[in-house]
Amino acid sequence: MNAAPPLSPVYKVPHPLPLDSGQVLEGCEIAYETYGTLAPDASNAVLVCHALTGDQYLASPHPITGKPGWWERMVGPGKPIDTDRHFVICANVIGSCMGSSGPASLAPDGQPYAMRFPVITIRDMVRGLVALLDGLGVEKLHAVVGGSMGGMQALSLAASWPERAARVLVIASTARHSAQNIAFHEVGRQAIMADPAWAEGHYYASDAKPDNGLAVARMAAHITYLSEAGLTEKFGRRLQDREAKGFNFDAEFQVESYLRYQGTGFTRRFDANSYLYITRAMDYFDIAEEHGGKLANAFRGTEARFCIVSFDTDWLYPTSESRHVVHALNAAGAKVSFVELSAPHGHDSFLLEHDQLDRVVKGFVE
Amino acid sequence: MSSLRPDLAAIAAHVAPGSRVLDIGCGDGALMAELESVSGCDARGMELDGALVERCVARGLSVVQGDANLDLANYPDKAFDYAILSQTLQTATRPDLMLDELLRVGRRAFVSFPNFAHWRTRAALMFGGRMPVTRALPVSWYETENIHHVTVEDFRELARLKGAKVERAWFFSNEKQIGAPAANWRAEFAVFELSR
Repeated sequence: MNAAPPLSPVYKVPHPLPLDSGQVLEGCEIAYETYGTLAPDASNAVLVCHALTGDQYLASPHPITGKPGWWERMVGPGKPIDTDRHFVICANVIGSCMGSSGPASLAPDGQPYAMRFPVITIRDMVRGLVALLDGLGVEKLHAVVGGSMGGMQALSLAASWPERAARVLVIASTARHSAQNIAFHEVGRQAIMADPAWAEGHYYASDAKPDNGLAVARMAAHITYLSEAGLTEKFGRRLQDREAKGFNFDAEFQVESYLRYQGTGFTRRFDANSYLYITRAMDYFDIAEEHGGKLANAFRGTEARFCIVSFDTDWLYPTSESRHVVHALNAAGAKVSFVELSAPHGHDSFLLEHDQLDRVVKGFVE
Repeated sequence: MSSLRPDLAAIAAHVAPGSRVLDIGCGDGALMAELESVSGCDARGMELDGALVERCVARGLSVVQGDANLDLANYPDKAFDYAILSQTLQTATRPDLMLDELLRVGRRAFVSFPNFAHWRTRAALMFGGRMPVTRALPVSWYETENIHHVTVEDFRELARLKGAKVERAWFFSNEKQIGAPAANWRAEFAVFELSR
């Protein structure tokens, strides 16, 4: 794919960005969208952090797919995160491909970084976001909000920059990637790297992109975002556009057809190398490790209020992981709320219609 | 104040302003809201029912969905000035162990419970020969969450066994506070303030 159309404003970080790996990212750029108006005292800013394959188009149409913003049902005038009251910021994380610095960006030598882009962590993404907040003149966020990988960024911000957010809302997320989480990501990465078109990451000038590998990675990941019951309800064992089994390897079942569609659609808007970098960052994620092995130490002394939300059918980041975070926050004496919501759709529930989630978000962020 | 249940009102009136409080089984957060708004307390809650937790969070309270039988273990010693257990002791798997946990996480504890030795309960059992269903215990034996019925005298005995000191006690009948004499007969509900 080509670099994304430069539709969002881009903030050029005015200093080299130090990274957890010890490397430094020069000339870092961060593409972002904002909604609402920043109060004169900058006290009404809410940062929403996006998930693995998300982007800054939180509540405005996506420039490539034309689809509505990914959380339009949650963010807008009169919505739970109310843009009539709050100045809402959403930025593309570094490593991604929608205008922020990532492997598809040009390195100082004028060629795409490809695999020369430094390996980043979730905390590095947050370093970029904090630099953006500095640029926007936001000293302290009214709230930082995120689901899935966005929740990891929210927790990371709370742990490493505790004075930068008054409220921390973490939905369907975790403080560490489990062996199972890493395993699924590795399947995706191997699918990309096994695609001959990947060419060690040097495909930007080529007509052939590792779309097949990226599509398989997306298919495998997509299964982890749904629940078994949800898949059964939606597809069961129904066949796709045929009356009987064809005894071949076409997309015979509806669920196969659906996954192929998801995989192909994804390649139109996402860069395969970005997928490698961001999944790696998530796999490295373990806040406790950054704080002497004890998660509670990450939050000791924090004055922020926390709200942790999980979904009962989410097996990617199950309730037990959220409870683990809650227990650490309790041990640290932090103000924390936690609720497990019931929803049939697994991990993806945080993006879907859910009245209870709306009320929790509204009540907490208000 | 008047909107609170009488046992909660007694607790609210005797929590020192500005205290750190854990309300276990906080329900819809009525006591927590009162303690935060009137007494300037730093109140935290624990509640098993997710729908009630959602209502608490929506009104800006810090409440964790959790099971008091298991999740108190995650709080450090003396993390709170007060641990409050209102009308929940009799639902605990092990009320004795829960009392230990209350006095571990809180410097002081408030415990309120329906008194099973109230004369109505005694009469219902004595003359009816059936498990009492009364104003204070309105749910039939097969549906009630109250698995460990307790009396005022039983509670005093448990506190003594646990080395807990009864700082104060309040007794209620028909929504009104009554005196301590013969409370084991006369009280529908009791509230104890304990320390150790």
